[in-house]
Amino acid sequence: MSAEIPQIAEKGDVIISVKDLKKHYNGGEIKALDGITTDIKKGEVVVVIGPSGSGKSTFLRSLNLLERPTSGTITFHGTDITSKETDINKLRQKMGMVFQHFNLFPHLTILKNMTLAPIKLRGMSRTDAEKRAKVLLGRVGLADRAESYPSQLSGGQKQRIAIVRALAMDPEVMLFDEPTSALDPEMVGEVLEVMKQLAKEGMTMVCVTHEMGFAREVGTRVIFMDCGRIVEENTPEQIFTNPQNERLVSFLKKVL
Amino acid sequence: MLSILSSAYAGVIRLAGEAAEQTSSGWLGGLWKQFCDDFVNNFIAQKRYMYLLKGLGVTFEVTFFAALLGILLGIVAALVRSSHDKLADELRPGFLKGLLGFFNMITKLYLTVIRGTPMVVQLMIAYFIIFATSNNKVLVAILAFGINSGAYVAEIIRSGIMSIDVGQFEAGRSLGFGYIATMIHIIIPQAVKNVLPALANEFIVLIKETSVSGYVGLQDLTKGGDIIRSRTYSAFMPLIAVALIYLVIVIFFSKLVTLLERRLRNSER
Repeated sequence: MSAEIPQIAEKGDVIISVKDLKKHYNGGEIKALDGITTDIKKGEVVVVIGPSGSGKSTFLRSLNLLERPTSGTITFHGTDITSKETDINKLRQKMGMVFQHFNLFPHLTILKNMTLAPIKLRGMSRTDAEKRAKVLLGRVGLADRAESYPSQLSGGQKQRIAIVRALAMDPEVMLFDEPTSALDPEMVGEVLEVMKQLAKEGMTMVCVTHEMGFAREVGTRVIFMDCGRIVEENTPEQIFTNPQNERLVSFLKKVL
Repeated sequence: MLSILSSAYAGVIRLAGEAAEQTSSGWLGGLWKQFCDDFVNNFIAQKRYMYLLKGLGVTFEVTFFAALLGILLGIVAALVRSSHDKLADELRPGFLKGLLGFFNMITKLYLTVIRGTPMVVQLMIAYFIIFATSNNKVLVAILAFGINSGAYVAEIIRSGIMSIDVGQFEAGRSLGFGYIATMIHIIIPQAVKNVLPALANEFIVLIKETSVSGYVGLQDLTKGGDIIRSRTYSAFMPLIAVALIYLVIVIFFSKLVTLLERRLRNSER
């Protein structure tokens, strides 16, 4: 099966390496991804921006194979995750994902939402898993909601829970798929705050978002995508103050 | 239990008899007396109520085990069908995909045949052809009704699975759960809750459907009532009694399901 994944990576080591990634629909008629090549390094906060339909979500979802690419390779610590022999379920435990629509499990309490995977997949004891979940809940200021059900929470609270649910698996990389797009404006801040905190602690993050403020403030690198391609890739400062590509210029004009 | 019931019956009859004597003048009194005589003749005389009681036992037995079998078959068939649809483009061509395709075909055939032919015919085929050598009527009935019910349960559960937002599935997979684990821990519990009313309806149908057991000579509740009718040559009392018993069971069961639904809903508030 899959090669052992090294647990320790130094800051700056390449964790995920994407080469010429393509995703085509209808036999090549629609090119959602049209040759993406990039590396994600340990400790980076990569922010992916771009107009809708540019393929940024497809790119993110390819990283943990929720979308199966048509061609190209994605390697995680040197293991080709698109290969048949790779145990994708094991790899996904190392990549936490946060969705636009939270996707909490409505039939389980918050605590059970957070302990289900650690208990079933990592063999943690219930006591240990719950202890850890409560610590995480405390960190996002929701310690008192452990026994609530998702439907009792606000959107911002749900998304904070979704983040710590993913963190409960101790992932090495966190993938965020437009985590604030489904939120009421006044709840965006609380979620971004959690993400900032996470970045500060050195978590490797790949984040598709429309929050340019977050990209500028927290991102270590910004990828601008259009029509399934990476059009421009640079530090936030360069992207926002000195954009080169004209499509990026017109995009920024519209969103800023 | 039985003796209490029969003595209660006797008490009722005595009271009824006295009441009848008091008002025996006039046509209403005559009617009442007729009614009481009929009642005694159909149910009390020669302990004929035993036909109903024993029949009820058989109906319960067949329904209960057929329902269990139906749920089991239904979940398996629903999993095969929805997995085939969901995994069609995820699985690479190979042994596993071929196997799933094969099971999917079998399941489709099962659903088509069972839903396309009458229950009574299936029961008779099971008893007189497939299990012709078996004398265990109850077991044959359980198998026949269970296999039949499974086909309907399968489609109910499948609709439940399809009603769950794909995001739930992705959330499970992204945490590292495999396909089957995601189904078991995340999708099925929600799906079953969503289809509980439809499932309850299926069991109500099943309870009543077992009334055709008489076709293979199994003495269920309906057959019991029919035997009484053939002994006493009066149809009204035994058939209305049988109908009332079914009605009471179904009403009771519906109440139970309503309670269950409310409890499951509460858990999310």
